[in-house]
Amino acid sequence: MATTSIRVAETPLVLYALRRADDALILSHRLSQWIGRGPTLEEEMAFGNFGLDLIGQARALYAYAAAIEAAGHDEDDFAYLRDASQYRNLLLVEQPNGDFAVTMLRQLFYSAFADFYWRAMMTSRDATLAAIAAKSEKESAYHFSHAAEWVIRLGDGTAESHARTETACEALWPFTGEMFESDAAERELCEAGVIIDPASLRAPWRARLGEVFAAAGLALPSPDRWMQRGGRSGRHSEHLGHLLAEMQILPRSFPGAEW
Amino acid sequence: MSGDLRARAWQAASGVVDPEIPVLTIADLGVLRDIVVADGTVTVRITPTYSGCPAMSMIALEVETALAKAGIVGARVETVLAPAWTTDWLSEAGREKLRAYGIAPPENAAGRRALFGERHIACPHCGATDTREIAPFGSTSCKALWQCRACGEPFDYFKCH
Repeated sequence: MATTSIRVAETPLVLYALRRADDALILSHRLSQWIGRGPTLEEEMAFGNFGLDLIGQARALYAYAAAIEAAGHDEDDFAYLRDASQYRNLLLVEQPNGDFAVTMLRQLFYSAFADFYWRAMMTSRDATLAAIAAKSEKESAYHFSHAAEWVIRLGDGTAESHARTETACEALWPFTGEMFESDAAERELCEAGVIIDPASLRAPWRARLGEVFAAAGLALPSPDRWMQRGGRSGRHSEHLGHLLAEMQILPRSFPGAEW
Repeated sequence: MSGDLRARAWQAASGVVDPEIPVLTIADLGVLRDIVVADGTVTVRITPTYSGCPAMSMIALEVETALAKAGIVGARVETVLAPAWTTDWLSEAGREKLRAYGIAPPENAAGRRALFGERHIACPHCGATDTREIAPFGSTSCKALWQCRACGEPFDYFKCH
């Protein structure tokens, strides 16, 4: 690749904004990979809509990261000119689309969290983050409701859709623990009232998923199972590199290219 | 002086229509939030309906063009997020225009309750309330696809938000 990556001065707040922006961008890219392959036209529209909302959230967070870093980077630099090890997203959102059950369950796990998360973040002492949260909360409510309806339909559907949803759950469950973790940088922001502690959402998230799983006839895995981690500090699964190669090749090969 | 400039700017900017729903102006939609004049520079504040609304950059461009046509050059267009846009920002005139255009306007208030509960959206073509949702995500971020059981016509519903 022709262009070298940028170096980002990751103060706690910059790092925080990048982590949340990366979640939204990577999930949105995954969803965009369904376009042209969706099971029905309506579902392609749904994925396209989710993706657009998430890109909008990512842009607002990258723009904020750029403003506080004040090093001359912009939204595109963050998206296109960082390598996998510089990405700070959850491992959950970079997991491959798999079948429809995997995609919907990944969406359910993430949006059930994001909906609670952004609603709680509306009380942030940071006015920009509170404003981004107020927009994101409305959007994730739609994403959650749609994903929940589908997971119920899949779990309570045919023997095959039920089995596939169980398989998807086994594969994705180990990536759900990371959503509730925070490190020293985030605890500092948390104490200052800038962000909330995601650990406080563990119980409501589980209760909410419990309702969906009960309606779907699925068993919710134990919260004590071993969990994967690493995305927040740049240790990713190999899937992210492939995703970034596809997403970044044009701006990396033709720096400054415009339509 | 500056009050006069602001009024002229408002008149020009408020005439800009949403590129995806061309019967609505950005003033009807509540996307046009404020116009501030400081040291002779006009700043127009707009807000997105949805975070990823792809019409925003086009709206910004059209606002600049409309202001330039009104003789106001060098205006800035700024995107603001707070307070977050909800369908309550849509004016009464805007709701009426939507209906006449064939798009069912959003139900008032209710946000989250309306999202999960029973809804009876009136068909913008025949007025019947015996309607059903075909797909919660429609041709743009802000619309869902519905169908009227009475007249059989499909229609767009501007989602409550």
